[in-house]
Amino acid sequence: MNLLASLRFRIAMLFRRSRIQDELEEELRSHIAHRADDLERSGLDRAEAERRARIEFGGREKYKEEIHQALGGNLLATLLQDIRYSLRVLRKSPGFTFAAVLTLALAIGANALVFAVLNALFLRPVNVPHGESLYALQRGNDTYIIQSYPDYIDLRDRNRSFDSLAAYNITQVGFDTGKNPVSVWGYEASGNYFDTLGIHPYLGRFFHGSDERGANSAPYVVLTYGYWHSHFQGDRGVVGRQVRLNRHPFTIIGVAPPEFHGTLLIFSPEFFVPMVNAGQLDGTSDLNARGTRWVFEVLGHLKAGVTQAQATADLSSIGAYLHNTYPKDDDQSTFALVRPGLHGNFFAPAMRAFLAGLMLLAGLILLAACANLGSLFAARAADRSQEVALRLALGSNRTRILRQLFTEALLISLFGGAAGLWGGVVVLHWLSGWQPFPEFPMNIPVNPDANVYWVALLLALASGLLFGAVPVRQVLLTNPYEVVKAGSAGLIAGRGRRITARDLLLVVQIAICAVLVTSSMVAVRGLTRSLHANLGFDPRNAMLVDTDLKMAGYPDDRVAAMQRRMIDAMKAIPGVTSVGLVDTPPLHMGWDVSDVFTENAADLRPPNAAAHAILYKISPGYLQAAATALLAGRTFTWDDDKNAPRIALVNREFARKIFGSATSAVGRHFKMSDGTRLEVAGIVEDGKYTANLAEDPQPAMFLPILQSPASDTVLVLRSSPGSNDAAQQLAPAIRNKLRELDAGLPAFIQTWNEEMNGALFASRMATVSLGVLGLMGAMLSITGIFGMAAYSVSKRLRELGIRIALGAQRKEVLQAALGRAVKLLACGSALGLVLGILASRVLSYIVFQATPRDPLVLAGVVLAMALLGLVATWIPAQRALSVNPLILLREE
Amino acid sequence: MNDQAQILPGTLDLLILRAVSLGPLHGYGILLRIGQISGNALFIEQGALYPGLFRLVRQGLLKANWGTSDNNRRAKFYELTDSGRNRLREETDSWNRLATAIASALSQQPEEV
Repeated sequence: MNLLASLRFRIAMLFRRSRIQDELEEELRSHIAHRADDLERSGLDRAEAERRARIEFGGREKYKEEIHQALGGNLLATLLQDIRYSLRVLRKSPGFTFAAVLTLALAIGANALVFAVLNALFLRPVNVPHGESLYALQRGNDTYIIQSYPDYIDLRDRNRSFDSLAAYNITQVGFDTGKNPVSVWGYEASGNYFDTLGIHPYLGRFFHGSDERGANSAPYVVLTYGYWHSHFQGDRGVVGRQVRLNRHPFTIIGVAPPEFHGTLLIFSPEFFVPMVNAGQLDGTSDLNARGTRWVFEVLGHLKAGVTQAQATADLSSIGAYLHNTYPKDDDQSTFALVRPGLHGNFFAPAMRAFLAGLMLLAGLILLAACANLGSLFAARAADRSQEVALRLALGSNRTRILRQLFTEALLISLFGGAAGLWGGVVVLHWLSGWQPFPEFPMNIPVNPDANVYWVALLLALASGLLFGAVPVRQVLLTNPYEVVKAGSAGLIAGRGRRITARDLLLVVQIAICAVLVTSSMVAVRGLTRSLHANLGFDPRNAMLVDTDLKMAGYPDDRVAAMQRRMIDAMKAIPGVTSVGLVDTPPLHMGWDVSDVFTENAADLRPPNAAAHAILYKISPGYLQAAATALLAGRTFTWDDDKNAPRIALVNREFARKIFGSATSAVGRHFKMSDGTRLEVAGIVEDGKYTANLAEDPQPAMFLPILQSPASDTVLVLRSSPGSNDAAQQLAPAIRNKLRELDAGLPAFIQTWNEEMNGALFASRMATVSLGVLGLMGAMLSITGIFGMAAYSVSKRLRELGIRIALGAQRKEVLQAALGRAVKLLACGSALGLVLGILASRVLSYIVFQATPRDPLVLAGVVLAMALLGLVATWIPAQRALSVNPLILLREE
Repeated sequence: MNDQAQILPGTLDLLILRAVSLGPLHGYGILLRIGQISGNALFIEQGALYPGLFRLVRQGLLKANWGTSDNNRRAKFYELTDSGRNRLREETDSWNRLATAIASALSQQPEEV
């Protein structure tokens, strides 16, 4: 029979099944009737003849089964039958089914969720046509992805490997549509940016390479769909409208399609302007400065047929050319291709490590869930040994029984997987629209795709097979005659007291859960401690006002005067005790690092630097406003201007590194890379500077803003101690004062604590994810211990009854009933605690002050596990104690 | 019953084909016919016949029709198809060859080897 015919036959069989069933029944009846006729003829009465005929026929159900197998068309039919039967069995124990499905839903949901994020950030190409061939360039020797504009032009025009090379830079401008100017993030993009990516406008047109005719020649702006919708109410007449960016007139020429959020994950721009106009937005024009690297990323599609190796060789030859032609500005450079989206290798490694860690923990959760369900299934299989034995005795074969058990396991895992995936998708959709930072547009495109669905399905099937396999041995070893003879009690008695696979599973499961509980406690504790750590400044009772005078069109020579007027105006607000200005507050995203040299250094090239110090430009009064302690020397005054000797404040770590000790540093000198000689005017305390609370002490220096001007600055206002609300109530007053000074100046006002959310984001995310996983681990260990304890109590009810009847005390009864469960719990917890402490070393890289050698954490874990044990064994213990020996013994 | 031989696996199908080759029969009739032509030397549990019958029908070697038996009961009658007849011939030949070979092997006297 060929395949098609066989398939048709099988399908036809499915529909004709009941008719065939009837016919088969009739045929077998007819056979027995004929045999009975013969037997009757030999002298038996009819009833006896029929009985004998039936006996002689043999195992009728077994043969019917074999006939179905002979018919071959019933694989599907058996499957349907198995499914129907399993559903009936599961419906009969709704509590078990619900617990099992929920357990798996949580475990698979967590896995799907973590995988979806991993998938979106690392596995999936950026969302542009043919994203898989899109690469960004990275300098091979310093893994630096930022280029200078003239270098970009050379790379674009000289390479033979890319269809075209585009570039973009991230910028923040004052966006003025005629009402209040607001500060908005966007891209400065090369003219060929949209054409390179193959993106087409939703409305109007995009700018092109042909629009670039020299500096500031293309005053055009393209809006993203989201910004057009939220700030222009989706008005189609917006094309052609004039707006002002940093007070320069620009024309809106088009709107990007809804699905396009730029070529960087996480950060999402709100507009695009041509890069040739960057000078108007950034104040200074770096279009011709080959030594100044500021172009955020250069990217393009590889030509069809060009391999990565060919492309890097091609680019590296351009690198050699640049070095030979411009030895002063360009180092000897090789190039590598990296995935766009996460800005090369800049923040990818940390995120990858974190996500891989989460994936591992989620995998452990699933494993624990499988162990949990495996032991539940084994317990159920033991309970059903009577049923299994009866089916075996009636001639059913073991394969069929196992298949039915697996069907049950797979049904549960598929239901659980579906529910988990559904929950995961809800969370992912929410995550995709999440805007954790008010001043910073985010784009976390973690919407699930086919990969996620496949992984969830595979995980569901794999876990179903895994925990379904636990009772297999048990079924294979069932001896139907023994069980039917002795009843289920005989089976248990034979099991004895040795360690069973089920005990081992429980220990493993509890160990995994203890690991999760330990790591989440370590993380939570680390986070609370980091909130109270000495930051080198005090974010309480302080407001930050972010302004950029460039956005309001101030030329460089008017910046300083305006800054002083702003500070004076803020000081006049009632309740404000001190005010200062800093170019970037500590722990803010984006910080300046500068090479510093000892006083005697002659060769001021980067390899000879004595330290890389974080650089802050501050106004007089900043230290008081930020509550940063001055340890020695003096602070700045308004007299430390361009005409005064160049001075600096340094932190203790800087003094230790450059001068050997903190005390003797005041009055000594050091050099910047441009040769400027600075005198140390004072020493301040160490603090946390980069957007990571886990950093080691870093050297930092503070320069007077009058000697090192900056136009993009943050005002720090300290108000008298009170509630945080008091600081917040200053916001309207601040806004009014600023409007009096200059109505066209965009300002972003928030409390310093709010601003800190950014710095704490990584450790908060880590803590939340670990907390959720820890909670799930705790739930799993509760259900696991509960299942084990409840089962062992129910199995031994009769024995407990006899013990009570013989006068056993409550303590002895409990010991008999639950001693084993408690012992297993203790073993598992101890194992998990040790593993958890080892695992937490990894955590300390992400969460500041996460140390497992913390008595509070150790005590917390032990207490938590003990509590879990208590909760989980409470109901079984009650049941064991309330055994009424009389009723029990009567039942038997 | 103890002097009855268990049939070799796989030979039941051949016996069924042979029994039916003498004329259409219902299931119980096939059993009786096998007993008759084998001199009641073989033991076949009655139910074991049916998986074989359904297998042969599926392979297209037998065809089945409902009819009325001598006992005036409804019964399903099996008869050989053309390919069933061919199969019977082939199987009989190969069985004979096998049986001869085994018989000859077993009847060899030690000195003849």
